Amino acid sequence: MNRKAQAIVLFLVGGAVLRAGSTDLYLRYVKAGLRPLLLAAGVVLMAAAVATVWYERRARVADEGAVDGVGEGTREGSGEVSGEGLRESEGGHGHREPRVSWLLVLPLFALILVAPPALGSYTAMHTGTALQRPWGFPALPAGDPLPLNVADYAGRAVYDHGRSLEHRTVKITGFVALDGHGAPYLVRMALNCCAADAQPVKIGLTGRIPPVLEPDTWLQAIGTYTAKRSKDPVGGGAIPYLEVSRSRPVPAPRDPYDESWNG
Amino acid sequence: MTTTTEAAPTGAGRRDAGDPRGGRFDSSLGLIMLLLLVVVAQGPVRRALSAPVAQSWMTVFTAVVLQALPFLVLGVLLSALIAVFVPPSFFARALPRRPAVAVPVAGVAGAVLPGCECASVPVAGALVRRGVTPAAALAFLLSAPAINPIVLTATAVAFPRQPQMVFARFVASLVVACAMGWLWQRLGRADWLRPPARPAFQGDGRGAAFWASVRHDVMHAGGFLVVGAMAAATLKAVVPASWLRGAADDPAVSVLALAVLAVLLSICSEADAFVAASLSQFSLTARLAFLVVGPMIDLKLFAMQTGTFGRGFALRFAPATFVLAVVVSTLVGAVLL
Repeated sequence: MNRKAQAIVLFLVGGAVLRAGSTDLYLRYVKAGLRPLLLAAGVVLMAAAVATVWYERRARVADEGAVDGVGEGTREGSGEVSGEGLRESEGGHGHREPRVSWLLVLPLFALILVAPPALGSYTAMHTGTALQRPWGFPALPAGDPLPLNVADYAGRAVYDHGRSLEHRTVKITGFVALDGHGAPYLVRMALNCCAADAQPVKIGLTGRIPPVLEPDTWLQAIGTYTAKRSKDPVGGGAIPYLEVSRSRPVPAPRDPYDESWNG
Repeated sequence: MTTTTEAAPTGAGRRDAGDPRGGRFDSSLGLIMLLLLVVVAQGPVRRALSAPVAQSWMTVFTAVVLQALPFLVLGVLLSALIAVFVPPSFFARALPRRPAVAVPVAGVAGAVLPGCECASVPVAGALVRRGVTPAAALAFLLSAPAINPIVLTATAVAFPRQPQMVFARFVASLVVACAMGWLWQRLGRADWLRPPARPAFQGDGRGAAFWASVRHDVMHAGGFLVVGAMAAATLKAVVPASWLRGAADDPAVSVLALAVLAVLLSICSEADAFVAASLSQFSLTARLAFLVVGPMIDLKLFAMQTGTFGRGFALRFAPATFVLAVVVSTLVGAVLL
């Protein structure tokens, strides 16, 4: 790949990262805290592209100015240009190193053209529930129904045997996932750094479940604690249940992942 | 270390690859054609990728690249700063003259590079080119992603009830890093370490040299990062989680299983502690192996090391690191956990 093409790739990748970071797109892939770093990385990549074009132009102008070949000689003497030429001509002779740069267009296409969705029900049902014992069970605030996140409810239900949840109506938001038998779960993916480490926390739904549930639609379920429990067929983790009294579809939240574990 | 110094300009270098001449493949034109083609064909491309497996593959792939990119850029900037603004004499003064002593000093110095493993590869490459003893640079390469404060804090948060895990991770990682440094010093041969020919970045004005170094490193390490991200996404999509369940029972198998998993998953070292914490069916020693192996050698790192230090190096260095990391974490786990 020559330097002009490299500049184009750097500029486009930088622009794509900048765009992902300045919209909510990046939240599908990485934790919210990475935003300033993403923006900075995008700016640096674009600056590198501009600098490449700028120095390339200057070198060409210097070249054209040196008609008698003296300028050519001085230019050869500068390590930057000649070393560069050496590597690129090696590339032309089957040396494989520079070719790998072509792969940088893949994340570019992924970000700009496809923009894959956040991990959803497919990953959730192929990964075991990652419920962990919470630090403690602080008293729940007042509220009826009380909004709780999936991991908080599941933690209290499994490890506190629902003691703090008795006589409370809770409101939980997550996306729908269906297992092989069509049984519905309310899931939220917990994320620590990026989607590669995202792990689901699942709550089984029972009671007045809507008759038709599409996987990956976001649902707000209002209901009460039930002692019903099951074992996740993948990984064997505990899955608590929620006795649903009513539910409604809701739009996907801004950040599709639960980042509360990040502290 | 003659092989690690910059390649001398030769006659072959006279040709500026920017000019398309005599039937040579013009990469700018090719790139523009490729971009146009993909934009025109985006409908079929999107349809082909709409299956759930393909979508989750794409999401993980994009996530690994996007997450690693800022740290790669940070590492590349530091590497360019070292290459252009720090004279080689600085390292000669800063590091002990005897390599055997320089190794642990460089290993401990890894603690100051905040971030994950993607940043340490270009920095270690720049150190080698700047005349630092390869043994010391390699100790830095291995220790930096594992023992910096950000990673250790994340480990402490992920294992609130086992604070000894943080200490064990620090000790085991540092021991492996230094041992690999010393091993390289005893057995390593200079001709294994063959970094791809690269420009000297000197004399042409510091601004030009700085940006040329940034561009060069991003294009190369970035390309290898993409290779690693593809491998990690494929394994995450293909390897079923149930595969792990059987491995947890046998102590020896569980250590090996989690070490292999760390290599395959290629998770950023800032996040791996949380994943390790969730693998609660495994022993603490097995999870320590996961935390020690992951930042030192995984698919993404292997690809990037190949790009920075050459294939001959990576093929020898990676298996040795893996074995040593597994052995040391087992020993440290037996003593501390």
